[in-house]
Amino acid sequence: MPSPKLRVATTSLAGCFGCHMSLLDIDERLSSLVELVEFDASPLTDLKTPVACDVGLIEGGLCNAENVRTLLLFRRECKVLVAVGACAITGGLPAQRNALDVRDCLESVYLTGVGLEGGTIPRDRELPLLLEKVHPIHDVVNVDYSLPGCPPSADAFWAFFEDIAAGRAPRLGHGLIRYD
Amino acid sequence: MTTDRRTFTLDGHDIPFDEGQSVLDAALAAGLFIPFLCHKPGYEAHGSCRVCMVRVGGRWQASCTTPAAAGLEVESTVEDLVAMRREIVQFLFTEGNHFCPSCEASGNCTLQAVGYELGVTTPHYPPFSPTRPLDASHPEMLLDLNRCILCELCVRASANVDKKSVFALSGRGPTKHLVVSAESGRLADTSFSADDAAAHVCPVGVFLPRGQGFRTPLGARKFDVEPLRVAALRRAGGT
Repeated sequence: MPSPKLRVATTSLAGCFGCHMSLLDIDERLSSLVELVEFDASPLTDLKTPVACDVGLIEGGLCNAENVRTLLLFRRECKVLVAVGACAITGGLPAQRNALDVRDCLESVYLTGVGLEGGTIPRDRELPLLLEKVHPIHDVVNVDYSLPGCPPSADAFWAFFEDIAAGRAPRLGHGLIRYD
Repeated sequence: MTTDRRTFTLDGHDIPFDEGQSVLDAALAAGLFIPFLCHKPGYEAHGSCRVCMVRVGGRWQASCTTPAAAGLEVESTVEDLVAMRREIVQFLFTEGNHFCPSCEASGNCTLQAVGYELGVTTPHYPPFSPTRPLDASHPEMLLDLNRCILCELCVRASANVDKKSVFALSGRGPTKHLVVSAESGRLADTSFSADDAAAHVCPVGVFLPRGQGFRTPLGARKFDVEPLRVAALRRAGGT
């Protein structure tokens, strides 16, 4: 009897979806991947809420309250949680606002920037509240593995899936660890 | 072949050495790699980053500042030492603001290359996210202290090679930081020049030449072409 497929959920928090694009860059290996895994909640399936998954891949860091809620949900529902890419691991590009005051940022973007007139800072209950600082995900939850890179290469994703599907602790070999 | 050179052992291998050579330099010359960061051949050893720590007769010591001596028994590639080196690199990433994807030194950065060598995939610790200044006063060079790892290579180069002593470290512990020798604290008000040795020894991305950016494409940068281990052994004339 074939072993059951791994249930994999993915999400992008304060990220650019570049890591998801890189996952798709495994190209023809995608057909092998679907033999190994089944996607649960993910931008690839358009399902929003992960339920009882084996693996959760988190792209992006935490820049607002909704990011934190999503991350906590993934941590609760995924046996193995993986920080994917520079933003999940370090906060990345969004975290470069950490030296600035959030209000100053918003005022500069919506009120006082060059060419702006009569603007307002968006306030709507639909919009999640920004955090004072952008955080890597390990600031909030325990992370089991990290796939560094901006983005991690397709080969790094593939090595990760091969290991995890074989029941091995994922280990990125030579040339697969990149921070950029 | 016969040799009358004296030797010590590194992980059980006999390593010949010259009088005055450090354990690190002798190991590299013999073709055995010990990861290092603040050490640079040609510069006086400093022993500050602790990445090159080894165990000598049961004691932990920086191999760059430990003189080689006959009969030493040195351990390097053992689990606890490798784990400790990995942790030191994680501390360094945690302490500063290291955003590799947007750093011009990425690919040429020794901190990064040491991380790759040691298999570091995450800084692991909650980031300090310190607020550090950018000195853009000098016409030829930016000074971005966000990435400074306090290795003092620029301090050593400026004092010993350039004979200018433009740089120094000030403060202690978490407040320790790089300063320049001008009352204003601005690089432009010092005798620093982009031709100085100090401008070209930074292992990370503190010194950034102005008027250019990301000149070398991905794949052709220093450590894209040659991992740290290979580059260091080639430079040291090892096998």
